[in-house]
Amino acid sequence: MLMISPRMASGMQEKQYTPSLLSFFIYNPKFGPREGEEEKKILFYHPIEIEKNEKIRNVGLCEAIVQFTRTFCPTKPAKSLHTQKNRQFFHEPEENFWMVMIVRNPMVEKPNKDGKPPTVEYQEEEIIDSVYGSVLQQCYSMYKLFNGTFSRAFEAGGVELLTQKLEKFFYRYLQTLHLQSCDLLDVFGGISFFPLDKMTYLKIQSFVNRVEESLSLIKYTAFLYNDQLIWSGLEQEDMRILYKYLTTSLFPRHTEPELAGRDSPLRPEVAGNLLHYGRFLTGPANLKDPDAKFRFPRIFVNTEDSYEELHLIVYKAMSAAVCFMVNSAVDLSREFCEQLDSMVGPHLTLLASDICEQYNVNRRISGPEKEPQFKFIYFNHMNLAEKSTIHMRKTASVSLTSVHPDLMKILGDINCDFARVDEDEEIIVKAMTDYWVVGKKSDQRELYVILNQKNANLIEVNEEVKRLCATQFNNIFFLD
Amino acid sequence: MGDEYYLELSENPVQFENASSVNNVFFDEANKQVFAVRSGGATGVVVKGPDDKSSVAFRMDDKGEVKCIKFSLGNKILAVQRTTKSVDFINFIPDYPHLEFSHECKTKNASILGFCWTNWNEIVFVTDQGIEFYQVLPDKRTLKLLKSQSINVNWYMYCPETAVLLLSTTVQGNVLQPFAFKSATMSKMSKFEIELPAVPKPAKLSLSERDIAVATIYDQLYVMYLKHHSRTTNSPGAEVVLYHLPREGTCKKTHMLKLNTTGKFALNVVDNLVVVHHQSSQTSLIYDIKLRESDGNVNVHQPVLPARSINPFKIPLTGPAAAPSQAPVPCELYSSSWSVFQPDIIISASEGYLWYLQVKLQPTLNLLQDKGKLMDFLLRRRDCKMVILSVCSQMLIGGDKGNLSVVATVFDKLNQVYKEYLDAEQAYTAAMESGPSRSSTSYKRPVRTQAVIDQSDMYTHVLSDFTEKKDVKHKFIIAVLMEYIRSLNQFQIPVQHYLYELVIKTLVQHNLFYMLHQFLQYHVLSDSKPLACLLLSLESTYAPAHQLSLDMLKRLSTANDEIVEVLLSKQQVLAALRFIRSVGGHDNVSARKFLDAARQTNNTMLFYTIFRFFEQRNMRLRGNPGFNQGEHCEEHVVFFKETFGENALMKQATA
Repeated sequence: MLMISPRMASGMQEKQYTPSLLSFFIYNPKFGPREGEEEKKILFYHPIEIEKNEKIRNVGLCEAIVQFTRTFCPTKPAKSLHTQKNRQFFHEPEENFWMVMIVRNPMVEKPNKDGKPPTVEYQEEEIIDSVYGSVLQQCYSMYKLFNGTFSRAFEAGGVELLTQKLEKFFYRYLQTLHLQSCDLLDVFGGISFFPLDKMTYLKIQSFVNRVEESLSLIKYTAFLYNDQLIWSGLEQEDMRILYKYLTTSLFPRHTEPELAGRDSPLRPEVAGNLLHYGRFLTGPANLKDPDAKFRFPRIFVNTEDSYEELHLIVYKAMSAAVCFMVNSAVDLSREFCEQLDSMVGPHLTLLASDICEQYNVNRRISGPEKEPQFKFIYFNHMNLAEKSTIHMRKTASVSLTSVHPDLMKILGDINCDFARVDEDEEIIVKAMTDYWVVGKKSDQRELYVILNQKNANLIEVNEEVKRLCATQFNNIFFLD
Repeated sequence: MGDEYYLELSENPVQFENASSVNNVFFDEANKQVFAVRSGGATGVVVKGPDDKSSVAFRMDDKGEVKCIKFSLGNKILAVQRTTKSVDFINFIPDYPHLEFSHECKTKNASILGFCWTNWNEIVFVTDQGIEFYQVLPDKRTLKLLKSQSINVNWYMYCPETAVLLLSTTVQGNVLQPFAFKSATMSKMSKFEIELPAVPKPAKLSLSERDIAVATIYDQLYVMYLKHHSRTTNSPGAEVVLYHLPREGTCKKTHMLKLNTTGKFALNVVDNLVVVHHQSSQTSLIYDIKLRESDGNVNVHQPVLPARSINPFKIPLTGPAAAPSQAPVPCELYSSSWSVFQPDIIISASEGYLWYLQVKLQPTLNLLQDKGKLMDFLLRRRDCKMVILSVCSQMLIGGDKGNLSVVATVFDKLNQVYKEYLDAEQAYTAAMESGPSRSSTSYKRPVRTQAVIDQSDMYTHVLSDFTEKKDVKHKFIIAVLMEYIRSLNQFQIPVQHYLYELVIKTLVQHNLFYMLHQFLQYHVLSDSKPLACLLLSLESTYAPAHQLSLDMLKRLSTANDEIVEVLLSKQQVLAALRFIRSVGGHDNVSARKFLDAARQTNNTMLFYTIFRFFEQRNMRLRGNPGFNQGEHCEEHVVFFKETFGENALMKQATA
């Protein structure tokens, strides 16, 4: 499969538009079943300025499409609708609650001579369904993490409460969607795990267990280092979205000021004669402040069964961050926070420097040859472990990739191919210039490698990937 | 309260005829024998030893009052001192004449203070002017002088365990001169001075033998000095000062035991613990000299446990006076008629009993709250295993449940001892393998003491019960198991499979699969074939266990056959073949196994591929695509022909 991007072939003077959010709405057809009451179905609509009738028309259209496609397959109605100018994504996260996201296709504006209006060319094939479908699902998961389910809110306070919550959440959340930089990683929604030796890991276990024992209010704990997960007391699905929140929103918000030199974390607190670098990332910024507020974000977990509402306390010392989750029915006092700070701060500081030391030792042992010379993305569906040498460090604003978007598009396409079958398979694609893209699927694992070798042939590429597997993935069962 | 007595008298005391005007009682510390001498021996001498074998009864002529009477080692020769000038001997060796012979001390004008046997035929006379070391020649009925030393002696003390004789010299008596004896040789050790609380003027004998005891504690010889409270010093109570007496080198004051009270005391050493009996309060204290890390020259020790009386002892009434229905009479403890001997003997001469003092460990559980200290204490005791295990159970299940950091401390202490034993064992094995000739004497097989609590002990007596408890939170159970595994890892002790099994069982019971997954991901549960198989069995309840298991088998690198089996059982025939080819085992695998699996998939194209692969293998190995008889592939050949036609079979290369 030889791929040449139309974008690369086009001229200099053109203007390129990336995919962008046209509209986003949530509705429930049961809320306004009668004619004339259609507006009641709409629970949230972005952009808000749209005229009422147009909203109703758009919602009606979606409803009709879903209804229509359902006749072909009652269990799997349409997930997306492709049009020339845009693409619509449908998602029914809870029964009868529909979320719709409409994305404008990327386009190229070609100027015309003689003062004629420029020609607009929509690139309707550039958007990958699975990527944006996942983005839409993530919107729901993130909403649910902080607000609980739609139906609970509806049961508690009717449509009024639900729409209030939706507006409050999505108004801000939608601004943080960066649709132009969504890619394969959004499909995976993976978790990056911090590599660690057994002994240090056991020390962390011991730490978590002891804190949970002495501060018995704590129900769950998650431990991260360098924005990578080490331990999660939460179940996998809850951790997945919490991890997303922490690494794309909370941590970047706090590291950016740190990098800028303000609010430096290297200002040790003295607690019980022990220097420590611990501080709260949620809740009180400064414990000593007499006006400090002891309010923490609330999150909802295990919504399928026990439906728990928890305070989310995120506490950080150097590169180690710990999330402590406490039943929200309990009011967290200054005393509790002080106790936590004085108990966890010194211990976590020590642990963080232990981990750092161990990490450096391991890096020295493994040597530079283990450093990735390859650009690859690895994902394991079983534990959501994800590893990418393509993506730069995530920031609050965008996730940067080090490869051309066209190559990312190929990765997405290969992923779609993999999703269609259960069998293990391997796909090798020769992309433009000297790039080769290799996708491998073995059991529940997927590996995507981008190689740039001059005049390489298929056999050489295959050998190269084998070598990568032997060095990077020698401790897992990965068929070649 | 009955559970609080941590000291007790041995259940079956040695009984002897009580001391009276006609019956003199002597005790020999070397053989631990009690001599009851009636009427100077004329009406009989009864010797009772610690066991029946060492009991002897005989008569001897009454030649005057007996001052001292002792058998040589093995009851070979009896020595009796009746005067201050000589010692009499009687042969007890069969076939030797049972006649008395006498020996006078060689130093003129010296009077004999006593004597001690250092061997079956070697004896030391201690006189007020020195010592005389003799060999007894029983056949010739004479003594041969081996060595003598003249020195002014106030009193003496002999430690039979180490064959060290301690002499009190100088006017005040506080300079002690030790001698060591060993098969016909006598060596003078360096003398040392006991610091007296006050120096009397004019100088007079100030150190009494009553205040000195010699005993071995933790394989080291100590001289214990009971330093009475004195008004001149500021110390609030009496003290026991321990002087360490090494084989070579100088004697040093090393430990000080604070008694915090005054009065009459007596000392015993039991299980390496110094026991101090206090008569007026009728209680005893115990001290463990290892329980405090040394800081400075002298370690100051407080009692390990609060003062308690010895467990009350009841004397069963026997003899003609006793009616069967009569209740046993309580024995008077701390009686003034008690004599205390080293290391652990208490004798009541007036009642005719000899007891061994014993330490009961079980009561210490409730008396010592600090579990870490308790563990340090218990790990050094002789019969500690079951008590330690019950401490562990108690801290996990019992009412005074310890918190995790206490649990961690206890585990670390246990594993430290465990690891030291494993290391010693390993060093011994290595030394034996490298050739016993070179290191014939330097390596002794390490003794496994009761303090070595291994994983199987913990599993059997503590952890397996604990994990079954319904009223303990599973969070705590898992935390404890992880803490134990952490501790083992910290001491680099390989963790046994059954512990992992326990972790997995507990996690599975509470549906904590994600937790299990994370533990495996970080290799907390070390790879092994049994563990991989256990994981495979979990696949039906937790699908990812399949992947975890395969990964583990892969890492083991000795489990390629198992991997093939797993893949074939999942009908992943091609994957199995590719795997075995990647590890270079495809020339040896059974073709039939793969063909069977391929047939079961009902995928004829797959079957074709597998069949063709093996035809090619046959070709390569034997130059012929056909299968050998031994491979039992006939039915597959038939099926192949039926499905794809005879012509599809690979032809033998003609070229």
